[in-house]
Amino acid sequence: MAETTRNSEGRILFTREMRKDYTILIPMMAPIHFGLLQKVFQNEGYKMELLTNDGPGVVREGLKYVHNDTCYPALLVIGQMIDALNSGKYDLNKTALIITQTGGGCRASNYIHLLRKALKKAGYEKIPVISLNLSGMERNPGFKLTLSMLRKAIAALVYGDMLMLLNNQVKAYQLEKGESEQLVQHWIQRLSDQFNQNRGLSMKEMKVNLRAIAQDFARVPIHKTPKVRVGVVGEIYVKYSALANNHLEDFLSSQDCEVMVPGLMGFMLFKVDNRLEDIKLYGGNKVKYGVVNALMSFLTNMETAMLEILQDFPQFVKPTPYQETKLLVKDVIGYGSKMGEGWLLTAEMLELCEQGYENVVCTQPFGCLPNHINGKGMIRRIREINENANIVAIDYDPSATKVNQENRIKLMLAVAKENLQKKVDSGAYVKSEAAPSPASQDAYLHQGPTLTQA
Amino acid sequence: MRIGIDVGSTTIKCVALTEQGEMVYSSYERHFSQIIDKTRALLEAVSQKLPPDEPVKMAISGSAGMGMAEAMDIPFVQEVFSTRTAIQKLLPGTDVAIELGGEDAKILFLTGGLEVRMNGTCAGGTGAFIDQMATLLDITPEEMNELAQQAQRQYTIASRCGVFAKSDIQPLLNQGAQKSDISSSIFYAVVNQTIAGLAQGRPIKGKVAYLGGPLTFLSELRACFDKTLKLTGVCPENSLYFVAMGAAFSADQVIQIPELIDKLGHYTATGRYNSIEPLFRNENEYQEFKARHERDKVERRDPKGYAGEAYLGVDAGSTTVKMVLMDPEARLLLTEYRQNNGNPIPIIRDFLMHAMDEYPNLKIRGAYATGYGEELVKNAFRMDGGIVETVAHFTAAQRFMPEVEFIIDIGGQDIKCFKIANHAIDSIFLNEACSSGCGSFLQTFAGALGYSTEEFAKLGLFADRPVDLGSRCTVFMNSSVKQAQKDGASIENISAGLSISVVKNALYKVIRATGPDQLGRHIVVQGGTFLNDAVLRAFEQELNVAVVRPDIAGLMGAYGAALYAMAHRGEKTALLTREELETFSHTVKDARCGLCANNCRLTVNLFGDGRRFISGNRCERPITHKAPDDGLNIYAYKYQKLRAIQPVKGTRGRIGLPMGLNLYEMLPFWHAFFTSLGFEVVTSPESGRKLYLLGQATIPSDTVCFPAKLMHGHVQKLIDSGVETIFYPCMSYNFDEGLGDNHYNCPVVAYYPEVLKNNMPDAAKVTFIKDYVGVHRRNDFPKKMLEILSRYFDGLTLKEVKQASDAAYQAHERHLADIRAKGEQIIEEARRQNKPIIVLAGRPYHVDPEINHGIDRLITSLGAAIISEDVISDRVEKQKVSVLNQWTYHARLYAAARYIKDQKDMNLVQLVSFGCGIDAITTDEVRELLESQGKIYTQIKIDEITNLGAVKIRLRSLFAAIEP
Repeated sequence: MAETTRNSEGRILFTREMRKDYTILIPMMAPIHFGLLQKVFQNEGYKMELLTNDGPGVVREGLKYVHNDTCYPALLVIGQMIDALNSGKYDLNKTALIITQTGGGCRASNYIHLLRKALKKAGYEKIPVISLNLSGMERNPGFKLTLSMLRKAIAALVYGDMLMLLNNQVKAYQLEKGESEQLVQHWIQRLSDQFNQNRGLSMKEMKVNLRAIAQDFARVPIHKTPKVRVGVVGEIYVKYSALANNHLEDFLSSQDCEVMVPGLMGFMLFKVDNRLEDIKLYGGNKVKYGVVNALMSFLTNMETAMLEILQDFPQFVKPTPYQETKLLVKDVIGYGSKMGEGWLLTAEMLELCEQGYENVVCTQPFGCLPNHINGKGMIRRIREINENANIVAIDYDPSATKVNQENRIKLMLAVAKENLQKKVDSGAYVKSEAAPSPASQDAYLHQGPTLTQA
Repeated sequence: MRIGIDVGSTTIKCVALTEQGEMVYSSYERHFSQIIDKTRALLEAVSQKLPPDEPVKMAISGSAGMGMAEAMDIPFVQEVFSTRTAIQKLLPGTDVAIELGGEDAKILFLTGGLEVRMNGTCAGGTGAFIDQMATLLDITPEEMNELAQQAQRQYTIASRCGVFAKSDIQPLLNQGAQKSDISSSIFYAVVNQTIAGLAQGRPIKGKVAYLGGPLTFLSELRACFDKTLKLTGVCPENSLYFVAMGAAFSADQVIQIPELIDKLGHYTATGRYNSIEPLFRNENEYQEFKARHERDKVERRDPKGYAGEAYLGVDAGSTTVKMVLMDPEARLLLTEYRQNNGNPIPIIRDFLMHAMDEYPNLKIRGAYATGYGEELVKNAFRMDGGIVETVAHFTAAQRFMPEVEFIIDIGGQDIKCFKIANHAIDSIFLNEACSSGCGSFLQTFAGALGYSTEEFAKLGLFADRPVDLGSRCTVFMNSSVKQAQKDGASIENISAGLSISVVKNALYKVIRATGPDQLGRHIVVQGGTFLNDAVLRAFEQELNVAVVRPDIAGLMGAYGAALYAMAHRGEKTALLTREELETFSHTVKDARCGLCANNCRLTVNLFGDGRRFISGNRCERPITHKAPDDGLNIYAYKYQKLRAIQPVKGTRGRIGLPMGLNLYEMLPFWHAFFTSLGFEVVTSPESGRKLYLLGQATIPSDTVCFPAKLMHGHVQKLIDSGVETIFYPCMSYNFDEGLGDNHYNCPVVAYYPEVLKNNMPDAAKVTFIKDYVGVHRRNDFPKKMLEILSRYFDGLTLKEVKQASDAAYQAHERHLADIRAKGEQIIEEARRQNKPIIVLAGRPYHVDPEINHGIDRLITSLGAAIISEDVISDRVEKQKVSVLNQWTYHARLYAAARYIKDQKDMNLVQLVSFGCGIDAITTDEVRELLESQGKIYTQIKIDEITNLGAVKIRLRSLFAAIEP
């Protein structure tokens, strides 16, 4: 075991020495993205392990060590880590934890502190905790978010977004069950192999890969029938984490829906853009503005790379470019609303409505402060803008039961099915939403819409 | 033929319709969670009525029917959708339908844009809620309906969820309020809950239909809706069966009923649910456990033939009344433990008269009261005194275990726990209004499932796989139980699960313990709930420690009061004599205080002999007829100071500021700013219940904190008063006071203007300025403000705005300095008078009496001086705390907590608004800070309505503990 080193404030540091043989545990959120991120860190020489433990033990530990009124994600993330430490799988003298820290005005910035408090209570005080952030908070000698690492991490996120986007669109219609999901696994493996050889992370290689991914998904034989299309938005952890949202995506799939979950790039762009907005709104340093703006351009280029490739695949619904999404809320909510998912959450709901996913599940932890504003607080306005918007807000919490949640979602789905039937009856569905003629003609099956029993 | 079955949370409804829609069969009954059996019985009954050989289409609806529909492969129709289908067929032209069920509330807007709304997971039940309240009042819901017709007045009862309402009603009962008035108030609470939770700004008007059980059976409830909505709704024929009929109409799959009946007969649920360790593995373990606890006994003495002194202790609890008469050796002579049926007075009178008649040689030397009804009981029977419950329990516990370190008492309505250090009460934990997994909670569940509480708890003792139900409040528990039933958990396993959840709730929600070490090894448990062996066992298992449960666990409060009466006996007792008891009478009158703007509703208790006791008051004024002394109360000072700020006529027109949230600190700033620019600055009037109700229908999120909800009323008032411009800016950042790592506002304070602008229909009638301003950047501020204001007004110059900004920042500084100076003055004066000083720590907006419910005056009436956190927060350096210290208001809390370390006469009481997510972090941190300094931490949760009784217990316990 490496010696415990503390900084002047008494925080246990992750030292250079630890970097060699410590296993760093990452809590799970979005499985595709985080799986790829893990590979990036491994590629940088860190021993990383993505936690996959779930089940009642996670919630139990969370409830025990985290104030129960704190938001559910904190409870789960911390519960998952403590449950993992309890499992006996890890050498506790050679284990560290990593957690993100946004530095925003929402409670989420406090997760790392709540984690440390919990570790102390649970007797794991000596385990180093690394803060993963872009704001330069809590530095550690053994862990540095270098520019190259950041670049690779962003590439991983872009891949993740692409895979998630296409999988969702193909999965619902594939003829052979599981084919699309296998393709995701295939690509995670392939990308990991590339990362290991230091490939696949440059812009050029990325474009090649992204195109190959799109081609692969376009080749999956599908049968496009009209289905209820549901968008999922919300507090970032609850939105992506099946552990938190009671396997929402699986439930929606089981109800014969096509699901759209907006990607992580939008959130990244949003978080960076906030710094620019702050300066615009309240004044600030021009140099800082320049630096942040450069990062913003870099991210935008990555986003554009993905969007350009999707241009060639008209059968897939493309994400709206960040700047356009932003314009959707121009007269709805201010760009200064930046805590949590901020105005982006409102914008994503509007974006989904425009893309034909006007049935939306807005997920949040029970009592989520920013979502009082950006989620529930904006639904009325969204309906004024788009009267077809069919939004249900669902709160997640350790004891909120699945029955109640699913019943409310089913209400939203019942309305959705009726709307869909109306569209099909009036012929509107064929025109606007059935897949246009595919780009790669070879294996793409297309048949006229036939509505199964709604 | 079509069959529709609607399985709700408590009832099952079944209809059979012909293809023409004619109803040939209908039934409505409680299912006691035996859903499968009931359905089978129903289908058997209905198949008698069906013509043979005709194909039957069938569908199931209702939240509790989802699992069965899945398992039986029968189409499921979501219930709200079902209702809509039925309305379209049977009641065309209906604009709005309101449907209340066992636990759900729904509103369907059918015309002008279809919208269907259903209560969220927290909004609590309605039918089940009314049932619970009826149980509390010891009447049936039908009787409630009749009583409500005779109501004279309304009480304000929390409309958020059942648990809250319960804690409002209990004190009312204890203070002697009339059941008729309470019944009617409960119905209004349901109405408010439905409107506040579901309408969300959309007006309910036109043709309104009332559906579902409660609205069908309770005519007064309909009347309350009518009155509130100012219309006359209809309750159509078959209003109970709309969901079932909707399901029947939607049914499109032919079902072979005999086959289905057969299938249901063979159905077993999956049995897959999260389970926990059983309480007892076998009978032996149980016997051993029983034997161990039988040792903790208090001695008894036959009162027959006893001649000598006796001491009386009365514990008037929330749902029960407990009485103890003991001899000078503390041996029990007579005891009584009874439901108080809403009024403890006659029960106590009977007990006393009986004791005096039967045992004439027993001479009562002293009598003390304790518990929720302490004041009333003490006054009614002229007892020698009253003590706060915590002290009563501690006194009794010491009798059993002199070295006791921790006492936990789970009663009918509340959980009280406290640590003992140096033979005095140290930390006190009381359950918050939102987490009462207490005795009455078990009672309600037992009742719903058709058992007595004792029988029900016993069922769980040998359960093999208790359900893991978590540790949340009753409302959540209802749905957890529903889920467990769906998964096939047996009644035994549910019972055990509930007992365990009561314990977990106490440990993890109330005490926030992580292990037995935190509580010490010497624990005494008491309160009626611990008389259940299942609860006691669960507690010992969870903590892995053997505890002491006195055999009089339910009587400890009364016993403690009797012990106290003995220790503090005087020459003779003042207790009513046998003759006085004979002629004793007790009547209740309502009155309005009218001595100040609060205009409290008073309950005047008259006791035959001309004595009276007033309750419902927030201050001593109606009793002493003297104005409350606000000299040592900075909350009153701050509030009056802000309200005294007057508009100054200007040339540029009027600007309205809604008085709430951060404007409680920003008002001097913006007032100076706009006055300097030549605007007349007006503010919304004082908060009040009426003002709140005015804006209630436009609140989009029912779980946001009350101070935010109140803003809707303030904005509406401003608009109604004819103000044309409202200024309420968004502010991500607050002033940087150098106390934290950042200086944010919380998300709600920062962005609530966005919610108001987007959800209040009338906001479009005015110019609503909600732009983002950054007061933290003093130098950029004027330029940025000019940019913003130029969007709305012409002719402003940078020079003017700069001047105005200077005035604004100066006004802000002056304001803060003035508060600090006043605070210093209060501290000095309190020290001169030797009074304890309470740092009542919260947020600036907690000075609004509608938000703090007069807690400040309650504290001063207990003899303490009050300062606020901002008076002392600048007296220490920036604090290193173990959480991210990044909010301006919250950083002041940590600083204040640190400052009082060396101030012997200062103690901190933290006000926390329910739903404040940030305070989930600050409360733990402030507690740790204080406890590490050897100070007692006291937290008071406040909401729309607050049970001042519980607050008083906390404060009195605090004062009892810090008494020199």
